[in-house]
Amino acid sequence: MLRINPRTEQKIISYLLYFLTSIAIIVLIFILTVILKNGLPQLSLEFLTKNPADMGREGGILSTILATVFLTFIALLVATPLGVGTAIYLTEYTLEGRVTKIIRFGAECLAGIPSIIFGLFGFILFVNKLNFGWSILSGGLTLAFMILPTIIRTSEEAIKSVPMAYRLVSFSLGSTRWQTVTKVVLPSAIPGIVTGVILSIGRSIGETAAVIFTAGSALRMPTSIFSSSRTMAVHFYILAKEGVSMPKAYGTAAVLVISILAINLLTYYMMGRYIKKKS
Amino acid sequence: MSRQAAENIIVIKNLNFYYGQFQALKNINLEIKARRITALIGPSGCGKSTFLRTLNRMNDLIEGARAEGEIWFDGKNIFSPETDLLELRRRVGMVFQRPNPFPLSIADNVTYGLRVHGHFDRLFLEERLYWSLKAVNLWDELKDRLNESALNLTGEQQQRLCIARLLAVQPEVVLMDEPCSALDPVATARIEDLMRELRENYTIIIVTHNMQQAARVSDYTGYFLLGELVEFGDTNQIFTSPRDKRTEDYITGRFG
Repeated sequence: MLRINPRTEQKIISYLLYFLTSIAIIVLIFILTVILKNGLPQLSLEFLTKNPADMGREGGILSTILATVFLTFIALLVATPLGVGTAIYLTEYTLEGRVTKIIRFGAECLAGIPSIIFGLFGFILFVNKLNFGWSILSGGLTLAFMILPTIIRTSEEAIKSVPMAYRLVSFSLGSTRWQTVTKVVLPSAIPGIVTGVILSIGRSIGETAAVIFTAGSALRMPTSIFSSSRTMAVHFYILAKEGVSMPKAYGTAAVLVISILAINLLTYYMMGRYIKKKS
Repeated sequence: MSRQAAENIIVIKNLNFYYGQFQALKNINLEIKARRITALIGPSGCGKSTFLRTLNRMNDLIEGARAEGEIWFDGKNIFSPETDLLELRRRVGMVFQRPNPFPLSIADNVTYGLRVHGHFDRLFLEERLYWSLKAVNLWDELKDRLNESALNLTGEQQQRLCIARLLAVQPEVVLMDEPCSALDPVATARIEDLMRELRENYTIIIVTHNMQQAARVSDYTGYFLLGELVEFGDTNQIFTSPRDKRTEDYITGRFG
């Protein structure tokens, strides 16, 4: 047997792990560099405040920014109460048993479904059956169901990590279960729940397949939740795939990436302040 | 005891308690005197904490737990379906083993119980905050830090705060489940002083592993073993002339 000096072994392993870790970082840096290098020169006030013209070859991306914001907003408006409610039910209002296992398994399965299948589901149910047409509403509802598992899971973890002692004290002072949940459990779980919501925002903003089937790809300014509209991600996809304009595509991608980055930074900053205030 | 003979505040009759198949308490009969300190001693797993938690029905929260028998408090059997559980827990409060303030400000911790019972008048809350912190001798130390997080306090201050949080809802009975086990001896002595002060107005039932503590603070002592209440009586009598051989073995340190 070949024996390696433990010190050498330690060195080799740490270099190897360091190398593996750096691959992940390098990929991230590569993506950011390519997008920002090609995209940043496109960015200007005009790009952000003008609507696309000539199929996107000219003008800016204002209508796609607004469509993305509205879609994401509707998705969160629907998915957050549903997801947090489900998580509260699973952790506080029912005992671990067959029912909770089935619900949890269902949520896991939902998380594993490819987004294009969600697109199909949204197309059949919201666009056709409920006759919402290709619209912000159909797209938003479809996204809501797509992000629901993430919100359920992260909320559940956050609620579970709240110390049992808080609940016991609250009950021992004569609180109801609902008071305990709203006054003690949720306030302590909020950082975790918000993290899940942020993850979901990122997913909604970047989603293409589910949206193209349900919100459509109309370039004009959305005027109501029943307007067909094109999100930034879909806009990027169409510009790049149909060879409309690579520079404009990179510009859109840069805005997408920067907004996701900004949302994450802002949230961490706010969470930091929230936690500091609490403890 | 030079004081007047006390009346019974809680009367326990033929109490049996089960966790699933396991019988944790066996036919307990006991009378708790008002405005006295009753200590419950016994080795780990003897049922003393379980007993304590039946008195405010905190055991209801455990899956598969079941009680039989009667516990009479203020003329009513607490196991009766008419019992207002929230009101029972307000009147029979609990202090836990580890200090467990909420991650809220000192003031919000103390007024928590009042707010869940529907009191929102600011003046009333402030008055009760002052009164509660005064009662546990924390007011002078903390009066300028009321909006600071309770988690920054020392262990002893936290435990006092938890007692204040309980007193704020004006309970009649205070159940203490090894309230000093996470504290150092100096802090323990001061909490024991506090218990003596509180005895003037409250009935205290304390579960403790520490026999010296039981001997120091309590008026009555009960010895639990394997789910049975082996002996109950005047603390002096229990510690100087126990009637049961098993009690004697335990308090002389031959067992447990």
